[in-house]
Amino acid sequence: MNQLEIRDLWASIDGEMILKGVNLVVPKGEVHALMGPNGAGKSTLGKILAGDPEYTVEKGEILLDGENILELSPDERARKGLFLAFQYPVEVPGVTIANFLRLALQARLGREVGVAEFWAKVKKALELLDWDESYLSRYLNEGFSGGEKKRNEILQLLVLEPTYAVLDETDSGLDIDALKVVARGVNAMRGPNFGALVITHYQRLLNYIVPDRVHVMMDGRVVAEGGPELALELEAKGYEWLKEKVKEGA
Amino acid sequence: MSEADLRTLGEEYKYHFVDEVKPVFVAERGLSRRVIEAISYHKGEPEWMLKFRLRAFEIFQKKPMPTWGPDLSGLDLDDLVYYVKPAEVRDAKSWEEVPEEIRRTYERLGIPEAERKVLAGVGAQYDSEMVYHRVREELERQGVIFVAIEEGMKKYEDLFKEYFAKVVPPEDNKFAALNSAAWSGGSFVYVPPGVKVELPLQAYFRVNTPEFGQFERTLIIVDEGAEVHYIEGCTAPMYSTESLHTGVIEIVVKRGARSRYTTIQNWSTNMYNLVTQRALVYGEAYHEWVDGNLGSKVTMKYPSSYLLEPGARSEILSIAFAKTGQHQDTGGKLILAAPHTSGTIVSKSISKGEGRASYRGLVKVTEGARHGKVNVECDALLIDPESRTDTYPYIEIEEETAHVGHEATVSKINDEQIFYLQSRGLKEDEAAALIVRGFIEPIAKELPLEYAVELNRLIELEMEGSVG
Repeated sequence: MNQLEIRDLWASIDGEMILKGVNLVVPKGEVHALMGPNGAGKSTLGKILAGDPEYTVEKGEILLDGENILELSPDERARKGLFLAFQYPVEVPGVTIANFLRLALQARLGREVGVAEFWAKVKKALELLDWDESYLSRYLNEGFSGGEKKRNEILQLLVLEPTYAVLDETDSGLDIDALKVVARGVNAMRGPNFGALVITHYQRLLNYIVPDRVHVMMDGRVVAEGGPELALELEAKGYEWLKEKVKEGA
Repeated sequence: MSEADLRTLGEEYKYHFVDEVKPVFVAERGLSRRVIEAISYHKGEPEWMLKFRLRAFEIFQKKPMPTWGPDLSGLDLDDLVYYVKPAEVRDAKSWEEVPEEIRRTYERLGIPEAERKVLAGVGAQYDSEMVYHRVREELERQGVIFVAIEEGMKKYEDLFKEYFAKVVPPEDNKFAALNSAAWSGGSFVYVPPGVKVELPLQAYFRVNTPEFGQFERTLIIVDEGAEVHYIEGCTAPMYSTESLHTGVIEIVVKRGARSRYTTIQNWSTNMYNLVTQRALVYGEAYHEWVDGNLGSKVTMKYPSSYLLEPGARSEILSIAFAKTGQHQDTGGKLILAAPHTSGTIVSKSISKGEGRASYRGLVKVTEGARHGKVNVECDALLIDPESRTDTYPYIEIEEETAHVGHEATVSKINDEQIFYLQSRGLKEDEAAALIVRGFIEPIAKELPLEYAVELNRLIELEMEGSVG
């Protein structure tokens, strides 16, 4: 029961079916990678897990520790411990990171969080990410570079301490140093009470966040699963190789 | 980080209550010579003031209701009480002298705490009269005058007479005339040359009798090279019938002086809030208006600065929040009447439900006011599809060397922003409130902490259950 489970999930946007029966399990305490070619539905899956109202779920279940969360609003899911690191974090002008983050932490914990407790938490996270305190008084993602936005997502991950996190192409557009910082943040979260699904197009990130398992998505379904070696194989042979393999199997 | 933002969480609105303070004298309904004479008698005024009031009353009667702006047809000027005199305490200098019931009201409004927080002097207006007034010894020693306007009129008559109704004469507009005839309560402030008042002067008042029109009048004189920040905040209890607030604020900012006038008003939603605020700004002086309008049924308020001598500058910052049944018609006026003067107007409005927020502004550069510079920026945020905003920028330029810029934006709350914030645990309406707070942040950050807190809390309340 202690797992994030996706059962036969079908979902569409504007009448077009994007997910066509996704089945996937991330047990608590494990970090899984979700790979696949562009357009496979990886990011869509991430957004649907978080409850993006743009998409319509046609069928299936999302079970968070055994509880179906499909009917829950995005904020209810978040308060239950689900977190999505966005591929394209949104800018919110005039709202400082500090203010936003404290509100989010209070929502997550369901109680008031004193300034001292908040700062202690944030400070630790900032140190881990090699980030300056001054970022806290900047407006949320406003004028941030791609790398800064991603780092900010990981800052939120570290402060909010979700039970399950989905990282949607957090590596895209990052240079190697930023990539290492992001990986450091995610690895710091690893432990028996944390599960993660790391969505990535390339194997590169997985050198720094070594996954317990790898899932591969194509055309709206999970078509292959395996250990970390699967990611390396994909890197060497490309997605075409897998496509052929899937066709043969079908 | 704004500590103010953080502190607003989880607080509930506590200002909608009516206290049982028994007035000593309540005038009959409607305005007449007899009522004006009664007001003057109860205030123990000099003869010249009574004459001034009666002259203003004649002007008021002659002037038609303004029809160029919001709908004022629901306002019945004959059905209002024009004067209420509360319990017999005037200008108490210490907390203990204030009547129990009034004290309780202030405690609920948080005034004593505010005072403990090193405020430079609290003048709180209860109905028409100042009942609680205190100026710190330091200010008195510096020669700063901060008293009820009635006291200013009597104690500093020559100074008072020199400026009173000179910035906003009764002829200016119908409601300035009405205020001039019926004025009661407000502050009189004088800052001597070179004196810098470091902490803001605060006046906190409430209107507390149903259908009672409040005609507050404030006169502020900032002498050469002096500095002051005056703050006025209002919260009004709810009533079932129409009410009127017609204030006149006159400010004189002399050579090289700096002043700022901040007001956050949250009138109950049956209130017509029609206010004339004007500053005369002299050479090298600077004046700033920070104006926040929430609540009320109709607000017409355009703080104006007349830049009369070279080097005069002014900034007008305005926030308006209009909900269903409300029309906020606000903005500002900058009149450049001397060379090398400059000013800025920044207006941010939020319309929710069927609320309507209008920006109405005047920028005038008179002939001979060479090299004047003005920048106007008005941003409107619409919460719902039926929300409305309009812009009425009037620009009159008689000088070809003038630089006048005008920029207007209209935006909507973006679904992606809501989803992003929701995905971090904020409820949909909390997310919307946070976005709205971010929208007004450039102005809110100019406010003193208590006011920023209050403004944020009010916006959160206004946004509750607003989406989804």
